[in-house]
Amino acid sequence: MAQYAVLIYERVPPEELPPEVLAAHEQLPERIAEQGGRELAGMALHPNETATSIRGGVVTDGPFIETKEVLAGVFVIEARDLDHALTLGKLTPIADGGVEVRPLLGFEVSERS
Amino acid sequence: MLAATVRVTRDLDGAEEAVQDAYVQALRTWASDGVPERPGAWLTTVARRNALNVVRRRRTFDTKLPLLLEPEDTEMPDPDAEAIPDDRLRLIFTCCHPALSPEAQIALTLRLVCGLATPEVARALLVAEATMAARLTRAKRKIAAARIPYAVPSAADLPERVDAVLTVIHLLYASGHTAYSGAELMRDELSERALDLARMLRVLMPDEREAAGLLALLLVHHARRATRTDAHGVLLRLEDQDRSNWNREQIAEADRLLVAALRAGPAGRFTLQAAIAALHAQARSYADTDWPQILTLYDQLLRVWPSPVVELNRAVAVSMVDGPQAALAEVEALERDRRLAGYPYLPATKADLLHRLGRNVEASRAYHAAHELSDNAAERDFLAERVRETSTQPSR
Repeated sequence: MAQYAVLIYERVPPEELPPEVLAAHEQLPERIAEQGGRELAGMALHPNETATSIRGGVVTDGPFIETKEVLAGVFVIEARDLDHALTLGKLTPIADGGVEVRPLLGFEVSERS
Repeated sequence: MLAATVRVTRDLDGAEEAVQDAYVQALRTWASDGVPERPGAWLTTVARRNALNVVRRRRTFDTKLPLLLEPEDTEMPDPDAEAIPDDRLRLIFTCCHPALSPEAQIALTLRLVCGLATPEVARALLVAEATMAARLTRAKRKIAAARIPYAVPSAADLPERVDAVLTVIHLLYASGHTAYSGAELMRDELSERALDLARMLRVLMPDEREAAGLLALLLVHHARRATRTDAHGVLLRLEDQDRSNWNREQIAEADRLLVAALRAGPAGRFTLQAAIAALHAQARSYADTDWPQILTLYDQLLRVWPSPVVELNRAVAVSMVDGPQAALAEVEALERDRRLAGYPYLPATKADLLHRLGRNVEASRAYHAAHELSDNAAERDFLAERVRETSTQPSR
């Protein structure tokens, strides 16, 4: 199996996401497993206004790149190949936006001390 | 052979290397032992054996780099298995994967399915050799890193993916048929390759009606190819072409394919385009053409494939059924569609209609606009001649 990151780009801020989208997120690992894949990790991000960027040591308010669709979350999946990963990526609940599927070059989880 | 070898290495560079090595081994062995009974099978077997060695070497390497992906299955494919047609289909689907840009899809298909060398691909697609080499490398890297599968897509994805394959072959034919720029109107080599690919796909996917439709479409275009220019390379319009020189055999073959495709169920976009082209091919003259039937087919085509280019072509059929004035109104509506900005056939079509209405001053202006937009030398000559012609004729 290969590993892919699924980056979620969403126009709707998290607090305004419809309940069915949130519920679908809860069920996502299960649905991915039904399709023969596996969700290894999932991260949901606070909205853009909470972001702070550091560019060349200078700290500024806001996200690194300003876009209409905001990076709202990332999850990591295991899939057989790109076709399988795209099938799994299509399961992602989205209110208004889309996802980007990228092969992972590395994935390590550091131990908590 | 490359197609059969990729299945072993799961990467294109490794497979190409294994195939080249097989040729080197053939030169050595055949010189001393004589040419084997089935040289093709011999080469494929050796290439796949070389590929297995590449994979084994790589596995050793992979264990030292656990973050790199391991090959999917550990089962070794039987090198003597004759699964070549399937392999070829897999290779086509890999090269035409929608995760690759259309430019990359076309280049990869020429390089890996048709077996053209990189400089030939660059020449065929009018791209600098270094640019093409970089484009192919980037595409192959993505295939490896993102694991674009070397497989025929699942039934659920098949219709969409077949359409992507057909589109690549059609684009390939089109870029040979009317070169975007350059002196010759047609580059036969590219068109021949596309026709070969369409034939191959038809054999590999006998149940795919649109594969039959595409082959029929390319055959009708090909049948008319010799008459598209005169002895001096000047472009001839459909109405000015010598119909007695059209290749009747190819047109008949297209008709047989079409009859079968149309009988099997609702027609897709390639089948409908082929049906339109076939009606033109059957007509004794431009005026004798069954224009009402062509207009009906364009209406069907617009339903399955809404596109401003189809609307523009439909307007020509409208002009033959309802007259140039009705068609002009449709073309003027299309001028407001930004997707056709910069498309030389829009002002060229408008110019023809204006000319037929006797509005030669405006026609001349529109031909001039088309001339400005075209990059093709034969088309530019043709349009310059129309500018001269219409500017010397009085306006009604």
